[in-house]
Amino acid sequence: MTINPEVNDINASYEYGWSNPEKYAVKAPKGLRRDVVEMISKAKDEPQWMLDFRLKALDIFNSKPMPEWGADLSGLNLDEIYYYIKPEGFNTRSWDDVPEDVKNTFERLGIPEAERAALAGVGAQYESEMVYHNLKEEWEKLGVVFLSIEDGLKEYPELFREHFATIVPPEDNKFAAINSAVWSGGSFVYVPKGVKVDIPLQTYFRINAESSGQFERTLIIIDEGAQAHYIEGCTAPSYSSDSFHSGVIEIVVKEGARFRYSTIQNWSHNVYNLVTQRAAVYGNGVMEWVDGNLGSKVTMKYPACYLLEDGARGEVLSIAMAGRGQHQDAGAKIVHFAPHTSGSIVSKSISKDSGRSSYRGLVKIYEGAKYAKTNVECDALLLDEEARTDTYPYIEVEEKTARVGHEATVSKINDDQIMYLQSRGLSKDQAAGLIVRGFIEPIAKELPLEYAVELNRLIELEMEGSVG
Amino acid sequence: MTQTEQPHQIEIRNLHASVGDLPILKGVDLIIPRGELHAVMGPNGNGKSTLAKVMVGDPEYTVTDGDILVDGVSILEMEPDERARMGLFLAFQYPVEIPGVTIANFLRLAMQARKEEGEEVSFTEFYGKLQSALKTLDWDESIVERYLNAGFSGGEKKRNEILQMLMLEPTYIIMDETDSGLDVDALKVVANGVNSMRGENLGGLIITHYQRLLDYIVPDRVHIIVDGKVVQSGGPELAKKLDSQGYDWVKELATA
Ligand SMILES: Nc1ncnc2c1ncn2[C@@H]1O[C@H](COP(=O)(O)OP(=O)(O)O)[C@@H](O)[C@H]1O
Ligand SMILES: [Mg+2]
Repeated sequence: MTINPEVNDINASYEYGWSNPEKYAVKAPKGLRRDVVEMISKAKDEPQWMLDFRLKALDIFNSKPMPEWGADLSGLNLDEIYYYIKPEGFNTRSWDDVPEDVKNTFERLGIPEAERAALAGVGAQYESEMVYHNLKEEWEKLGVVFLSIEDGLKEYPELFREHFATIVPPEDNKFAAINSAVWSGGSFVYVPKGVKVDIPLQTYFRINAESSGQFERTLIIIDEGAQAHYIEGCTAPSYSSDSFHSGVIEIVVKEGARFRYSTIQNWSHNVYNLVTQRAAVYGNGVMEWVDGNLGSKVTMKYPACYLLEDGARGEVLSIAMAGRGQHQDAGAKIVHFAPHTSGSIVSKSISKDSGRSSYRGLVKIYEGAKYAKTNVECDALLLDEEARTDTYPYIEVEEKTARVGHEATVSKINDDQIMYLQSRGLSKDQAAGLIVRGFIEPIAKELPLEYAVELNRLIELEMEGSVG
Repeated sequence: MTQTEQPHQIEIRNLHASVGDLPILKGVDLIIPRGELHAVMGPNGNGKSTLAKVMVGDPEYTVTDGDILVDGVSILEMEPDERARMGLFLAFQYPVEIPGVTIANFLRLAMQARKEEGEEVSFTEFYGKLQSALKTLDWDESIVERYLNAGFSGGEKKRNEILQMLMLEPTYIIMDETDSGLDVDALKVVANGVNSMRGENLGGLIITHYQRLLDYIVPDRVHIIVDGKVVQSGGPELAKKLDSQGYDWVKELATA
């Protein structure tokens, strides 16, 4: 594999920072322009309604100012980004047909070993397109659909149109509008009534080109009484100029269904990661977001649960780790529209070396959502004097019978704890790593074992040499 | 001298240590041969815990003079983890809580830390030792799935220190008021744990206030520390004397 000499050392410990030479079938010119949007739609051979949708989203994007709250986005120059890059090769079900460089890339990232091990299906996106998507036959037989979003639109046009952009409309925020205009790649998942997919589906996202953007769009529909778990992982090379990732994830959890969406975000430290993830949850359905934000330069991400019917439940477990030059502005949103809905937010952040992590969360309970309740717990761990953390809890309750609990703690890694572990033979780094692992344990234990191990490994890597 | 001729002992020579500008240890001299357990007694606030923490390398304390030799080698420049790997072990007076880290996981890492590069702690080794340690301490196996000291009672914390000691098999132990806060049954369990390790390959200090623990772990020598110095040493009878006569008379020794 060729190692691009341009990779820089903004994060020496980042292990996925290599890149391939750029060889593409289509590379749209820089900037978010009408002709680029048309080009994308044409390249995908889309129906007219989708082109119209994209163009309308472009207008919305142009009419909205950049958000003034949250992380500092002044370094993000939207005119300097490539919005569409189609790799050579095409979306295939056969690993052998994936182009050599791309295949090597994913193999180096541990795919498709992971597939062989314990997954129901695997997808891989390289630049703007899915290059691989495969679902194991046993699940296909039960009617489970796991496709690239483009194939979803082609093969299930009605189901697609019924839900697409209903949960996150382009008007929602400026980045949802960008995504709606130039979306490309992502997954389309449908799990039929009562089908329980008991091992995870995973999609892997890789940005390779410099100054490029990735705008995947994922639509997941879990039908009544069904269950599934979807995992996404993301990496990119460490370039000196910034890349941009802005996904939109829409999820429908129907009555009595249960769904978990886990992210292990490990973008290189030059990526702006601005993602809108939202789930609509119906009667007695359960939605769980497990959100691990380790990489990126700036992340703004608040996985949301809209609890629409009686008994719906939403949970967000979020871990953020911010090192030098990173700002993780992460949190959650739980909105109660119906009675007896319940939510839980557990957020844990770790900041070190002038890194900054913020918890930003909204709990909203509308009038009439009788006996709705949500509990928020956010804990921040600071590893040194320079590190910074902030909490922005927004709580809006219109219903008298509702209850919202909120607890926040900030702690510093404690010298006595380090000394205690060191006195048992662990090195100072090992001791600090173990304390951090313990701190995130309540979340790590919710992940399948391999992912918990991976999460711990990534944190250990970030921790190297971090205590003096 | 060659390696094999080094004395098997801890030697503390004229040890002075401070916290910030405040001197706490003011010239401690002690020799503890491997194979012997010595009791360290003395009134509160006179430097017993400080001595223990300085021995294991707590960076909060600065050694301003003197030396500590373990088997003839000065350990003052060593990190706490190096000292631990040499075989030093402190059962803390106030063990800290590490939430989210199970005892099992922690014990395995600590055992692993003592291995040579490339050598793994095998499951059989780990589990075998664990079983026998739990049995000695009359403790249920489920304890090792709990988070390290998190929410433990005082007694459980102390017992957990002894569990670690049994698992890590140190050559030199320092027990800092392990008996305080224990009822008689727990005290017997702890003493039983220590006695099970006792022999020519174990040396160390037992810091305590009371004769109580020393009824079960009979010390080879007893030293009294007042105002950062050893003011008197003797046999086990010295501990009994303290028990019956109190500490007033020793305080006078320091000013004499
Ligand atoms: N970390 C510390 N910071 C400030 N003072 C300390 C510290 N450790 C010990 N001291 C002081 O040193 C003296 C001896 O304490 P310590 O060694 O704990 O005594 P003992 O164990 O004999 O009761 C006390 O006056 C105590 O307040
Ligand atoms: Mg003490």
